[in-house]
Amino acid sequence: MKATDPHEPGPPVAAGLAIETRGLVKRFGHRAAVDGIDLSVPRGSVFGFLGPNGSGKTTTIRLLLGLATPNSGDISVLGREMPRALASVLPDVGALVEGPGFYPFLSGAGNLLRLDSADRHAPSATRRQRVHDALDRVGLSHAAGKKVRAYSLGMKQRLGLANAMLRPRELLVLDEPTNGLDPQGTREVRGLVRSLAAGGTTVFVSSHLLAEVEQMCTHVGVMSAGRLVAQGPLDELRSSGQAHVLIQTPDVERAARVLARLGLVPGEAPGPGSPREATALLGTGLNGVEPESIVAALVADGVRVRGFTVENASLEDRFVSLTGEGFDVVG
Amino acid sequence: MSAEAAGISSVATAGPGAGWALLASELSVLFRRLRTWAMLIALAAVPILIAVAVKLSSRPATPGRGPLFLDRITQNGLFVAVTALVVCVPLFLPLTIGVVAGDTIAGEANLGTLRYLLLAPAGRVRLLLVKYAGAVAFCFAATATVAASGALAGVVLFPVGPVTLLSGDTISVGESALRSLLIAAYITVSLLGLSAIGLLISTFTDVPVGAMAATIVLSVVSQVLDNLPQLEWLHPWLFSHHWLGFADLLRQPIAWTSFGENALLQAGYIAVCGALAYAKFSNKDVLS
Repeated sequence: MKATDPHEPGPPVAAGLAIETRGLVKRFGHRAAVDGIDLSVPRGSVFGFLGPNGSGKTTTIRLLLGLATPNSGDISVLGREMPRALASVLPDVGALVEGPGFYPFLSGAGNLLRLDSADRHAPSATRRQRVHDALDRVGLSHAAGKKVRAYSLGMKQRLGLANAMLRPRELLVLDEPTNGLDPQGTREVRGLVRSLAAGGTTVFVSSHLLAEVEQMCTHVGVMSAGRLVAQGPLDELRSSGQAHVLIQTPDVERAARVLARLGLVPGEAPGPGSPREATALLGTGLNGVEPESIVAALVADGVRVRGFTVENASLEDRFVSLTGEGFDVVG
Repeated sequence: MSAEAAGISSVATAGPGAGWALLASELSVLFRRLRTWAMLIALAAVPILIAVAVKLSSRPATPGRGPLFLDRITQNGLFVAVTALVVCVPLFLPLTIGVVAGDTIAGEANLGTLRYLLLAPAGRVRLLLVKYAGAVAFCFAATATVAASGALAGVVLFPVGPVTLLSGDTISVGESALRSLLIAAYITVSLLGLSAIGLLISTFTDVPVGAMAATIVLSVVSQVLDNLPQLEWLHPWLFSHHWLGFADLLRQPIAWTSFGENALLQAGYIAVCGALAYAKFSNKDVLS
């Protein structure tokens, strides 16, 4: 898979790109927080925007939504150029950016009414009904009249999601949507994202939680130190990682020779194992080598095979290989 | 054909409204806030304190001498409102206006609501205008509160009768109420420049307290400079120069010159600060 290809075809669900950037750069002083990224988010996809803390995810989202101005590069959202078409694009975009922001002295419903009235396109006749529905959707109906001051972080996060869904949207941009939610809430958000996506909404969701992205996304982009180091359909990204075979054998050295002959790189298996039961971890891709032919070769050479497993690369392996082992915050 | 008609009608209803909802929402948020009420109640207490203090301590005027300035209100309760406004103009009113005007943009940034208002999208220019309108509404509310509370305290505690103006003419109780309103209007206009300065400062920071303090300090600095005779050339340009110049409204006939000069000066401050606030805010990276 090529790291970044702006002309990558979208899924059959919908044609075109919901978000496209070319050479997007944002500097703060001398440091480039976003360093020339080319994003392509297909319409109808659930796009997971991954990256360690400080890799430029939130800054990118601010640029996409016109909250900040890029130093250079082009942005197009829903096929229209940003930030020039901001006023016509934003009504079709629901967003949760860097956590919820609400008036603590207003109730949950009061906050949504306030934010909805800021949108000139939002019909005032249906305002109360839409606020009620949005609160219902995130399970906050019972706390609608409560002051936000008394909300827990998870409740505020839910209110933020309700705000993003006040009107039918073509695109939802959710920055760390499950932050502060309990496992139950996390599940609900996943269900919500799936149901929205099923309704044709493109969802752009940033996260540093790989498991979450793996469970709900169709496409993934990986940020590292302000650069987009990979993007594409989830399966493609996952399969481009290196599969490996795990062999349980007492004849480690002989097995390693066989594997080297087949073009695989032998290595130490992780985890506990007595020296007698030593295992060989065989790293680099099974490029063209059939697993069954590996077993055949091992047996032919008299290696006593006690266990044989083929393991596909997890997204986590891929993520770590792209962004570096240490989850260091890039400063 | 019918589908086409439906399409047209849906486009028509989806078009942008006049956008008054945001202004209504701004006013409702401002005036439902506990802080706003606390400030208005504090302002309302000023004339009451003055009236009560004068009531408790006043002595009959020494024969052959006129009453002292504050003691004049014992003769006629209608003076309480004007006296209270004179007392509030230099500090108490700028203090509360500084809080509201300094909070306009910085307060939203601090709460994190600024980004959500902009994402709605409220539109940056529109938001700036609505925020300023809110501050103006508060200027009026603050001045009107002092005037109303003063009138009430005066009527309750002191005799009320026809008022003698500075020009020596006497006007009826009804007309004097009208003059009080006129003075309240003059002071409201006086505070518009300060509100614009507060709005401008507010676009530069995400810390509302800083913007509030800076606005209040500027109002004090302007008044201090206005009292330095060495800086006489500067005086006509200070936004506080005409703050106490409403004596002309207490003459018969009313001299409108100072009202006009004051309005012009404040309009100048609104134009300059408004333009700078627009320049700053329309390009600002909202990172709060």
